Amino acid sequence: MTKTIKLFLTVFALAGFLSACSSNTTTDDSASTDNADTTDNQVVTDDDGMESSPLDGIDTVFFFEFDQSILSSEARSALMVHAEVLRDEPSSVRLEGHGDERGSREYNMALGERRANAVRDYLVLQGVDSSVIETVSYGEEQSAEVGSYESAWSKNRRVELK
Amino acid sequence: MKFYVILFSFLISFSAPLWAELTIEITQGVNDPTPIAVVPFGGDAASSELSKIVAADLQRSGLFRPIPRADMLSLPSKEQDIYFRDWRILGASYILIGDVQKSVDGYVLSYDLFDVISQRRVFRKTTSGNLSSLRDIAHAVSDKVYQEITGIRGAFSTKILYVEDLRSGPKRYRMVKADADGARPRVLFRSDEPLMSPTWAPNLREVAYVSFETSRPAIFSHNLVTNKREQLTNFKGLNGAPSWSPDGKKMALVLSKDGNPEIYTLDLLTRKFTRVTRHFAIDTEPNWSADGKSIIFTSNRGGSPQIYQVGLANGRVERLTFDGDYNARPRVAPDGKSLVMVHREKGVYHIAWQDIASGDLRILTETWLDESPSIAPNGAMLMYATQHNNKGVLAAVSMDAGVKFRLPSKQGDVREPAWSPFGESE
Repeated sequence: MTKTIKLFLTVFALAGFLSACSSNTTTDDSASTDNADTTDNQVVTDDDGMESSPLDGIDTVFFFEFDQSILSSEARSALMVHAEVLRDEPSSVRLEGHGDERGSREYNMALGERRANAVRDYLVLQGVDSSVIETVSYGEEQSAEVGSYESAWSKNRRVELK
Repeated sequence: MKFYVILFSFLISFSAPLWAELTIEITQGVNDPTPIAVVPFGGDAASSELSKIVAADLQRSGLFRPIPRADMLSLPSKEQDIYFRDWRILGASYILIGDVQKSVDGYVLSYDLFDVISQRRVFRKTTSGNLSSLRDIAHAVSDKVYQEITGIRGAFSTKILYVEDLRSGPKRYRMVKADADGARPRVLFRSDEPLMSPTWAPNLREVAYVSFETSRPAIFSHNLVTNKREQLTNFKGLNGAPSWSPDGKKMALVLSKDGNPEIYTLDLLTRKFTRVTRHFAIDTEPNWSADGKSIIFTSNRGGSPQIYQVGLANGRVERLTFDGDYNARPRVAPDGKSLVMVHREKGVYHIAWQDIASGDLRILTETWLDESPSIAPNGAMLMYATQHNNKGVLAAVSMDAGVKFRLPSKQGDVREPAWSPFGESE
C-alpha cells in the first residue's frame, strides 16, 4: 500500500511537472503551474545556501479513501514535519481539497472541504497557528489525472499543500 | 421490455454548423411514435429549413416519427393541394403544411395541422418574425403541434445552460447558453478557473453560477440582457449550489462559513442571509419545492448521502429517500410530486426518479457516472451529464425512461446542464 501511494506521488509529481512544462499559457490557475513554482522555489533556496531543508522529499499531496476524510499514517508523518517548520517559521499555507469524479459535484465540493479541514486540524493540533492556514475545496473540478478508473480516482482524492 | 432501441440511431445535424454546437443522437424512442408528415413549407426559400427544424424537434421528443421527405408523393402548402389518400398510404396520422409570406417587418408563417384519418383541419395558426429568428419561429410551431397532439405544453423554445471544459489552455472553462436542442450556443463567460452549478432565474433574464476566479469558490449572478456580473457571496469556505426560489426573490445556497456546509437562503432585495439547516453533517445541493415553501437537499446526516426536505416555516426536516446508499443532487419536478436525483446502484451512478408521496423509485438511465439531472419545465424529459467515448456529454431521457437522446460535444467536456423555466412572457 505504501509503495503504491509513493508510486502515485512520483507519477503525480512527474505528470504535474510535465504538464506545467507543456502548458504554454500565462495563466496561474492550474495545480501544475503551482507545482512548477514549487520546484523553482526549491532551486532558489538551494542557491541561497540553505541546504537540506527539513521539507526536502516530504510529501505535499495527501491521499484519501473513497468518501473519506481520514488522514493516512503516511500523511500524518509528513504533516508532522510541515507542522514543525510552520511552528518555527510561520508562513501562509493553502490547503486545496479535491475529490474524484464520482457522484454529484457540489457534494464532492463538501467532501473536498472535509479533507482540507482534516489536514488543517491536524496541523493546528501540532501547534501551527490556524490563522496562517487557508483551506479551499475544488471538489472534482481540477483532476490530477483525467480518467474513469480506480488509479485516476485515487490520485484525485487528495489535499495539496501549497 | 416495453420500449425498444431505434436501430437507425438517428444523427441529425443542424444547419450552419457552429464550432461548439451540440448535435443530437436519438438512442431510444417509444415503440409506437405518432407518424407525422411535416411537409416542407412553401413560400420563401428559407421556409423549407423551418420545417426541417420542426421535424427534428418532434423527432427528438421521441413521441413522433416524422415521415422522410424523400417518401412524400407531393409537397402541398395549401389545403386544396392535399390528397389525404397519399398520406394515409404513407401511414401518416397527421400532416403539417405551412406557407411563408414576406411582410413589412419580416415574414409571416401560416401553418395548418390536419388529421389524416378524419381528413379534418386540427388548427390553423400564424406566427411572424424575421430571418434571424428562424429557429424561434420553428420551435414555436413545434410547441403548438406537440401540445395539440400530446396535451403537454411543448418545451422546444426553452434554453439550456451548461459548463464546457476544454481540458487545457487558457480560459478553458466556459459557461454556455444554448437552445434546448443544443443549437445557437453562446459563451456567457470564460475563465481560467473552474465554473460550476449554473442555474436560471425564473424570469430568464439572469443566471447564477459558481466561479473560482477569485481563487476560491464564489456565487455570481449574470444578467443576460446587460451582461453585467455581480459577486453575491464571498465567505470563507464553500459558496455553492445556488438555486432561485420560484418567485425569484430568494436564492438558496450552501455556505460553510460557520465551519460546516449548511443551507442558507439569500433575500436578493435586502441581501440578508438566513440559515436553514443546523447539522454537523454535510448539507448541500438545495432545490426549492414547487410551492416555494420548502427546500429539498442532500445530507449525509444518516451516514450516507440521502435526500431530505426542510420546511422553511417550521424548520422541520424529513428524509425522502431510503432506497440505496447514495442519493444526491435532487431536482423537483414542476408539478412538485416527484423528484430526480443521482442514485448509486452496485457502485454505478445513475439518474433515478422518485414519487415523493409513495417513495417509489425508478432508475431512468443505463449509462454510468451520470450526474446533474435537470428537468424540462413541462416535466416531460430531463437532461443530465454522463460520459461517452471518454468525454463528458449531455444526454436526455423522458421521465418514463422511454425516450433517450445524447447531445455529444465536438470539443472538450460538457456537463451540468440546467434546463430553463418557461419564462413569464409565455
